[in-house]
Amino acid sequence: MGDCIAAISTPPGEGGIAVIRVSGESAPEIVDKIFLSRSGKKIREFRSHSLNLGYIRDENGTLVDEVLVSRMDAPRSYTGENVVEINCHGGAVATRKCLELVINAGARLAEPGEFTKRAFLNGRLDMVQAEAVIEIIRARSEKALALSTRNLTGVLSRTLQQVEDELIFVNSRLEGSIDFPEEVGEPNWQEIEERLQVIEDRLQKLAAGSKRARVYRDGVRVVIAGKPNVGKSSLLNVLAQKEKAIVTELPGTTRDLIEDLIYIRGIPVWVTDTAGIRETQDVIESIGVEKTRAALAEADIVVFVVDASTGIQDEDLEIMKQIEDKRRLVVINKTDIQDRCLSAEEVRNMFSGVQTVEISALEETGIEELESALEELIIGKTDLGEAEREMEIMTNLRQERAIEAALEHVRDAIAGVKNRQPIDGIAVDTWGAVSWIEEITGKAIRTDVMERIFADFCIGK
Amino acid sequence: MKYYRAGDFDVIVVGAGHAGCEAALAAARMGCSTLLITLSMDNIALMPCNPSIGGPAKAQLVREIDALGGEMGLNIDKASIQMRMLNTGKGAAVRALRAQADKREYQEEMTATLLKQENLEVVQAEVEEIETKNGAVSGVITRTGARFGTRSLVVTTGTYLKSRIIIGELTYEGAPNGQFPARRLSDSLKDLGLVMGRFKTGTPPRVDGRTLDFSKMIEQPGDNRILKFSYMSPRVLKPQISCWLTHSNRTTHNIVLDNLHRSPLYSGVIKGIGPRHCPSFEDKVVRFADKDSHQIFLEPEGKRVNEFYVQGMNTSLPEDIQYEVLHSIAGLENARIIRTGYAIEYDYVIPSQLKLTLECKGVKGLFTAGQINGTSGYEEAAAQGLIAGINAALFVKEKEPFILKRSEAYIGVLIDDLVTKGIDEPYRLLTSSAEYRLILRQDNADLRLTEKGYKLGLASEARYAQVEKKKKEMEELIKILNDTAVTPDNRAINMMLKEKGTKELRNNTSLWQLLRRPEISLEDIINSGELENAYDEEVLEQVEIQCKYEGYIKKQNEQVRRFETLEDKKLSEDLNYNEITGLSQEGKYKLMRIKPSSVGQASRISGVTPADINVLLIHLEKLRRQGRENHDQ
Ligand SMILES: Cc1cc2nc3c(=O)[nH]c(=O)nc-3n(C[C@H](O)[C@H](O)[C@H](O)COP(=O)(O)OP(=O)(O)OC[C@H]3O[C@@H](n4cnc5c(N)ncnc54)[C@H](O)[C@@H]3O)c2cc1C
Ligand SMILES: Nc1nc2c(ncn2[C@@H]2O[C@H](COP(=O)(O)OP(=O)(O)O)[C@@H](O)[C@H]2O)c(=O)[nH]1
Ligand SMILES: [Mg+2]
Repeated sequence: MGDCIAAISTPPGEGGIAVIRVSGESAPEIVDKIFLSRSGKKIREFRSHSLNLGYIRDENGTLVDEVLVSRMDAPRSYTGENVVEINCHGGAVATRKCLELVINAGARLAEPGEFTKRAFLNGRLDMVQAEAVIEIIRARSEKALALSTRNLTGVLSRTLQQVEDELIFVNSRLEGSIDFPEEVGEPNWQEIEERLQVIEDRLQKLAAGSKRARVYRDGVRVVIAGKPNVGKSSLLNVLAQKEKAIVTELPGTTRDLIEDLIYIRGIPVWVTDTAGIRETQDVIESIGVEKTRAALAEADIVVFVVDASTGIQDEDLEIMKQIEDKRRLVVINKTDIQDRCLSAEEVRNMFSGVQTVEISALEETGIEELESALEELIIGKTDLGEAEREMEIMTNLRQERAIEAALEHVRDAIAGVKNRQPIDGIAVDTWGAVSWIEEITGKAIRTDVMERIFADFCIGK
Repeated sequence: MKYYRAGDFDVIVVGAGHAGCEAALAAARMGCSTLLITLSMDNIALMPCNPSIGGPAKAQLVREIDALGGEMGLNIDKASIQMRMLNTGKGAAVRALRAQADKREYQEEMTATLLKQENLEVVQAEVEEIETKNGAVSGVITRTGARFGTRSLVVTTGTYLKSRIIIGELTYEGAPNGQFPARRLSDSLKDLGLVMGRFKTGTPPRVDGRTLDFSKMIEQPGDNRILKFSYMSPRVLKPQISCWLTHSNRTTHNIVLDNLHRSPLYSGVIKGIGPRHCPSFEDKVVRFADKDSHQIFLEPEGKRVNEFYVQGMNTSLPEDIQYEVLHSIAGLENARIIRTGYAIEYDYVIPSQLKLTLECKGVKGLFTAGQINGTSGYEEAAAQGLIAGINAALFVKEKEPFILKRSEAYIGVLIDDLVTKGIDEPYRLLTSSAEYRLILRQDNADLRLTEKGYKLGLASEARYAQVEKKKKEMEELIKILNDTAVTPDNRAINMMLKEKGTKELRNNTSLWQLLRRPEISLEDIINSGELENAYDEEVLEQVEIQCKYEGYIKKQNEQVRRFETLEDKKLSEDLNYNEITGLSQEGKYKLMRIKPSSVGQASRISGVTPADINVLLIHLEKLRRQGRENHDQ
């Protein structure tokens, strides 16, 4: 199988320990180039499946992290190939650095799911297991794990079953009328449209649900913006409950982006604290400002912090303009200070009805409300009914794409019926939807459509 | 058995039904010395059931056969006595032409064509045995002791293999139209290792037109305009002969129910499986007990015979009950039966034993086509016959086989379905079976296929030239439509738009965009004076369809592309699926049996799961990498 692949094989962020997995014939030799074991042994000399303490060093010999390394020989490994696993302790940045070093030493970054694919190729997994494992690996938080278990027990297939049944009905009416015009006659268009709407509704909920579920798996990117000294770093610290960003009283101290993975109500959120966005002469800081603009562009959601004690200033207006087309939230900080000169109402008036939350990062008040507001901004309505919760189904990307494609066909079919398009054109969409649903379920619905025609109509000369 | 050497041929075709005629003509036209052997010279191209050709999916088949250079389209155009376009309101892709045929004339025309054909000999004989050497065909032996040598044999024996006729309590060895069955040939096929199944079908009684009261029926006239199947037939409007519609009633149904014990279907005499799309009248009455009446059409069997086919009354009830049933129906009170309705049981070859070329996997040079492969219908038979004939000819010439993809032709759908999916009842092609129906229209069969037919040496020079001219004119017209803009101050156009009940122009618009509006036809644009009327009707039709369906056609083409990747992944014939880890047990078994030629085909085999397909894909990738590594070393 030739080349050696590597990737971080644990969900990033949580727990401190991250595992870098390296798989391929020459995995031990590659890792040896950057690894110094405490015992002085080479990786090949370890006992298979034992843990060995040592250090990862960079090209200059500087220690990057203290790690535990284990070697698993083919075929008794996850992939069935030679595997070396590096347990890193130094947090996200160190882990990323270690991975980079492994790559420089001759491994290649694994494509998503490539370990599982190799495991499968080497007869270690069957396909169904492989698909489920990929999802389980990717289930980053408990919520996601619960959702993916739900998928395995078949809520997804039950929901799709309903969609399937309706599609079979619709297609049997259209096809019957095409293939057996003398026996079946014109379809009842009103009924067809109603049934299509039922399908649309189900698929739509499924798509929305899986999108919500996807958030639990992939997380979202939140950027905290605001002029210097409004309390961005303080807020991040409260959210992360870690002293990650340095809090200072000097404007413009946070020069770099500080990214952290935190969990808000079970959703993995990558939070970035930005340097104060403001025009500046300071060279280092102006690099930070550039980075900020880039981070804002990539953000899923922007949390815009303003200072209740200073009120809205030109700089705030400037920032607001930059994030106009983003999903955003204004946090009014420092509400603990007695003589505040900014009310939530003022902010809403100024920024056309934007949602606001009042907090004090110092006294940690309003944080619950902020988390609720963020959760709603990320996944939409949070007070879901039971039915909608049911729909919150962990689908993999392939399934999600198929659902969306099917949904688009169904919508086009409805439009076709409304615009009195010819039946053969409409059928392109109703069958199009079928083909995507078939792709998910692996069942051939086409034959069921024919069964249905013969069951419901008296066909034959 | 004692025999004499009667001659050698490149290709031999057994059976002159609809499949055999096409097969023999194709092989001969492709330059092979060809022999056609059939049971009866008087029953060539016999239509043992309804006197009609075409209808949904079948019309598309006939057009495709024609576009490739086959005969069925030309022949029915000569012998038609009524033409109707079905599904006219339902869209271009499902519009379907149907002809009523003068059966005799159909046979006579086809017989004449065969007997005129260069490279082709026709003899009347019964083939009893197929001779092979080392797993390859070497010849056939007839009942009268003639041995004909060939390496390439097409068997198209229809419903004649060990066939039995069943009418009520009566059953006897027999074949359609009072003929005798082929008693020995299916054993010879079994000896070659082929697995045979048994199917059943039936036909209604024929009645004397002089004893019918048409005043109690509804007339079903033909379309009064020029309609034809073949792109090459002359444009003439023939006199149209009508069909007639009447209905069964509760009394009719009660007669059937009271006599079910005498129906071989229900008494257990018939064991073969019949087609659901063509159930017996008994079946309809039992299965749809709540229906008060069923449609009964009376179709003329020819111009001169005054014999009528009672469509909808396909039955194997005893003759006396057939009389009772008919007499209970309006207009048929005094009907006299000319031919009794009957059911027929026959052996067929389980088609999953065939390749997409219709060659048997186990016997080199042995092709089967038509109802012997478990299909029903004249058009299905003819389509297979054509493909088998072409491939039989290519086989002797040692050239690449000819296979049409599902995305190229209904013929491709038909054969892939047969070979891949397995059948549990006589197979009839439906438009719903074609996933790319919108691009496989009856109107564009020539654009899709004639070039292929021409390259095979089958479609004539004249036919090819005609299609090329059509293509050029279409391109030209499309360009003009795109390039011609009309402005809001164009009075003629605006008047026309208003008349058609659609919005008047507000901006400059190309004629192409204008034509997109559902209300507007090319004819309207021509009538408004904006477009010169310099084009053939067929060109106008084509361009209009391409414009109106542009969005849908694009979508369909994307679907083709989505699945094409799987079709393009070829699977070798000697792949041992048992050795591939990860395949399901059923998947292994089915794949070993069918030996699909591509992953696409594999994905259509029932019992082969999507997980199996993924395993196959990964396996292919593995092989490819291994191949690359070996190559590197
Ligand atoms: C009773 C009946 C009812 C039917 N009903 C319907 C229907 O409702 N709808 C429908 O679509 N189709 C129906 N069909 C089927 C349709 O007629 C056939 O599908 C079609 O004719 C098959 O064409 P073919 O060329 O395969 O075979 P056939 O038309 O059956 O031709 C077979 C030819 O092979 C010859 N032959 C056979 N054995 C030998 C031999 N050993 N040696 C030499 N020659 C041999 C015969 O003489 C004949 O010429 C019916 C057929 C029958 C008989
Ligand atoms: N009174 C009060 N001071 C705060 C609050 N949040 C932050 N500060 C102070 O404001 C200053 C700047 O905070 P910092 O988080 O570095 O701001 P940043 O530049 O936006 O990152 C620090 O001295 C903080 O202690 C708050 O809610 N109330
Ligand atoms: Mg800061």
